[in-house]
Amino acid sequence: MNKKRTELKVSALRNGTVIDHIPSENTFRVFQILNLEHIPDQVYFGTNLESKKLGKKGIIKISGKFFAPEEINKIALVAPKATLIEIREYEVQKKEQIALPSHVENIVKCMNPKCVTNNQAVPTKFNLIYDHHGRMKLACQYCEKTMAQEDIWFV
Amino acid sequence: MIHLKNRSLVSITDYSKEEILRVLDIAEDFERDQRQKILTNHVIASLFFEPSTRTRLSFESAVQYLGGSIIGFANADTSSVRKGESLKDTILTVSNYSDLIVMRNPLDGSARFASEVSPVPIINAGDGANQHPTQCLLDLYSIRKTQGSLENLQIALVGDLKYGRTVHSLVQALSLFNATFHLVSPVSLKLPSGVKKWIKDAGLDYYQYTELSDVIPFADIIYMTRIQGERFPDPLEYEKVKNSYVLENSMLSSSKENVRILHPLPRVNEISENVDDNPKAYYFQQAKNGVYVRQALIAAILGLKE
Repeated sequence: MNKKRTELKVSALRNGTVIDHIPSENTFRVFQILNLEHIPDQVYFGTNLESKKLGKKGIIKISGKFFAPEEINKIALVAPKATLIEIREYEVQKKEQIALPSHVENIVKCMNPKCVTNNQAVPTKFNLIYDHHGRMKLACQYCEKTMAQEDIWFV
Repeated sequence: MIHLKNRSLVSITDYSKEEILRVLDIAEDFERDQRQKILTNHVIASLFFEPSTRTRLSFESAVQYLGGSIIGFANADTSSVRKGESLKDTILTVSNYSDLIVMRNPLDGSARFASEVSPVPIINAGDGANQHPTQCLLDLYSIRKTQGSLENLQIALVGDLKYGRTVHSLVQALSLFNATFHLVSPVSLKLPSGVKKWIKDAGLDYYQYTELSDVIPFADIIYMTRIQGERFPDPLEYEKVKNSYVLENSMLSSSKENVRILHPLPRVNEISENVDDNPKAYYFQQAKNGVYVRQALIAAILGLKE
């Protein structure tokens, strides 16, 4: 039942963006990262929807708005398997899995309390790197410390 | 492509192998003739937001030998920082008064930030626990001078390998020169895995030991560091290891003829004073080399030497 209703909502969008396959617990986080609280457009969202891929998932639909790749890729830190769907005149124009960016600015807080970004008005900058097990880490461009994904705090 | 002019030095990894070697070559020129008055029309700002004796005096000495003028402060209490001025504002203001800024600051990453906002180049003289690239360059200068080359050396690093920033930078730099690393430390103060990755990524080898005597027979360089008691969560653990790496003169009888003992100083008790007169002891000469290296850096960054 749930699945059917989700599809109905997607097709109901005339022009805009659907972000699907967000882990349920991060739906509001995605909202925040994309600054959706402050946009004038219509926004619909659902969370704890059934998903074959994720068990429970969140979905967000933004009417009349399209995102640049670097803007949408920011959410990859919390929703690495999310799918981006662009709809124009009720038709799916583009459907792709989002990609992890190589660099993020002012989204994540540095975990090092002595880092300059935690003590002065300095926006954070991180490069994404991978350790020898292939795990993604964030390297602070300032203090050069690296953080694991579970240590990520958002600004 | 060697490009040092007008470029800040924040981290040793900012420089390529060729750029490191160029700085060392210029430093050699200053060792031959230290009093080259090429900085007479320049003002250098020396901003020490936390106290430092060795590094600050070494930089000031370098500027004076070059005939330049120096302005600045030796601790944040005597500066406008005490009134709550931001680092950005201090840097932007001081850059109006000087051609280059030498800065030590207790915040990690402060030097990178300063280099981003400053219209004049920044030399990092230590940013918290992060980087201290001029120490690294003077270590490299000392190693090259005593061994004739930086290539293919057996390097023993001894003591606190976990927290010692000089050790981390030195590992990064020597990974460019095909070094083999012999890491001597208590189990709780081993080299962090991220730094070991540098060695592996460079295709080089490292070996880990807990006994200093194990590495003495084959090392070309023995780089001693201080074990800091405050790093230990358990004071008993510190008591157990604090004297485990005390280098005594008698221990050097089995060492190679060319070996040299280095230490970033200050030492506490990790090198016995009976080593000081051994020709293999090099730590005070090492500190002297710091002046040549800092002269070279300032001259290169201001475009006065190429």
